Amino acid sequence: MDATTPAALVAARKRRPLRARDVAPYVFVSPFFILFAVFGLFPLLFSAWLAVHEWDPAEGLKAMHFVGLENFRFVLTDPWFHRAVGNTLWLSVATALPQHLVALPLAAFVHEKIRRGRDLVVGAYFVPYITSSVAIALIFSTLLSRDYGAVNALLAELTRVPLLGSFMPDHPIDWLGDAHYAKPTVAFVVFWRYLGWNTVLYLSALQTISPELNEAATLDGASPVRRFFHVTVPLLRPMIYFAVTLSIIGSLQLFEEPFILVDIEQGVSQSVMTLAIFMYRLAFGEGDFGAASAVSWLVFALIVALAWLNARLFGREGRGE
Amino acid sequence: MTPKRPWLAWLIVALGALLLIAPFYFTFVFATRPRTEIYSSPPPLWFGLSARSNLALLLERLPYWRNLGMSLYVAAMTTALNLLLCSLAGYAFAVYEFRGKNALFALVLGSMMLPSFLNMIPSFMVLDFLGWLDRPRGLYVPAAAGALGIFMMRQYIASAIPRDLIDAARMDGCGEFRVFRSIVLPLLGPALGTLGLITFITSWNNFVAPLVVMHSVENYTLPLALRSMQVPNNTEWGALMMGSAIAMLPLLVAYFFSARRLVAGLTSGAVKS
Repeated sequence: MDATTPAALVAARKRRPLRARDVAPYVFVSPFFILFAVFGLFPLLFSAWLAVHEWDPAEGLKAMHFVGLENFRFVLTDPWFHRAVGNTLWLSVATALPQHLVALPLAAFVHEKIRRGRDLVVGAYFVPYITSSVAIALIFSTLLSRDYGAVNALLAELTRVPLLGSFMPDHPIDWLGDAHYAKPTVAFVVFWRYLGWNTVLYLSALQTISPELNEAATLDGASPVRRFFHVTVPLLRPMIYFAVTLSIIGSLQLFEEPFILVDIEQGVSQSVMTLAIFMYRLAFGEGDFGAASAVSWLVFALIVALAWLNARLFGREGRGE
Repeated sequence: MTPKRPWLAWLIVALGALLLIAPFYFTFVFATRPRTEIYSSPPPLWFGLSARSNLALLLERLPYWRNLGMSLYVAAMTTALNLLLCSLAGYAFAVYEFRGKNALFALVLGSMMLPSFLNMIPSFMVLDFLGWLDRPRGLYVPAAAGALGIFMMRQYIASAIPRDLIDAARMDGCGEFRVFRSIVLPLLGPALGTLGLITFITSWNNFVAPLVVMHSVENYTLPLALRSMQVPNNTEWGALMMGSAIAMLPLLVAYFFSARRLVAGLTSGAVKS
């Protein structure tokens, strides 16, 4: 056989025995893709299927009836769904906005002013993020209890302080049992938990910014506040975009904090019922998997819409690139 | 540039840190106090003497050690599987050239963007179909190969493992898996440590997955077990805080010794993208 003609070369390459090196990468990445197919992709497609079917799980898979968009109609006209959308958007804004408005200047401040012991500070701010949300919710419901909670005890002490005292409430506040306070209280706990995470994100982005830029601005006589708004913030724009995207995805799926902090049996739980809790109750409380799947897709659409809006505001397009 | 008023900076930041640490302090203080003392005015600020009776009460209300064992088992299995599968996949993406590599890697990254919540109902049904509900494998198998872990390992291997080393091992007649196991894996220590900690912490704290999967109290992981002790108007707060404190302690200790690396690891995905 003449192995020098082009045709023979091509044939030889085609018939080249499959080496271990060609197969190995596929074998190595296959566990992820198998798991993703079974527990990620298939469920995703199945939930789209479920969303257009009516189904009683007690009767098995055969009892599924195609109902078209009926589940979506049912959900979209349900006043509880409207309430859940309102609550979720309220909580998203009330948790995400302060998180970033505090984390950004805090990170800039730590970056500029604190040299020694920075790890200690960062470490302390990050602790809530690595702690179980249940443990956090439990301690907060103790601290915020109406009658003997530490927060109300502190407020009661402060009423005795002149001047400041007149701003303090004259009766104990039922932080988690009163519909007026439950929402802001839940928002505070979420804010408290993720503040450190966002601060660390901004700090790590700040470390990649060359210090000369700030020094030059200082030499030009720019005040710290001006430097923050005209040097730091513009340079952090990509990170702001990323961190806000994470906040949007996370807060629209908010579940654990309101679920644990406010007892589901209590009437006040209505005021912190998020879309995730609404979906969970539809599926596992009422067994309506079709409608619950429709909710999950509506939430997904909401996430995509807000992420798109965020991309327009802070992403590449917003920067005119 | 040296800070002008370091004490003021410290004061502000330290006050913030105090606010973030205080709830943890109170968890440990309340764990040593009976319910009547926790709900007295003013609330206790220092440790009490009831740790032992709180623990006894906790063990009376919950199969606590079993729940702890379940949390430990699920977290250990999830971590071991992730260390193996993520480093293997990360290695393939970092070292090999193969058809479809970029598309597959994009899929790995894209899977991170999917809201986990979208999958809650159907993955519950898949687990039901497999007969894995109320069993630990229903928790650790779906979480066995995290996309973030693959991304982290790929970044680390691409920057830390010299290609010559791999080629040399192949010349010496090592099989493909052998190269990974004997040459590459031993060099991944730091990255495996970080990934292991992150995976363990995530699994240990997970609430939603066990809430959907585990139905009987003996199979509850710690977060579920603790929540089940919270009943309207009659919660044994001292015992509950004791349970909470025991559940938090191992993570706080591990975090204390590895905070810098852990924080860097957790934010690495964000910073590099």
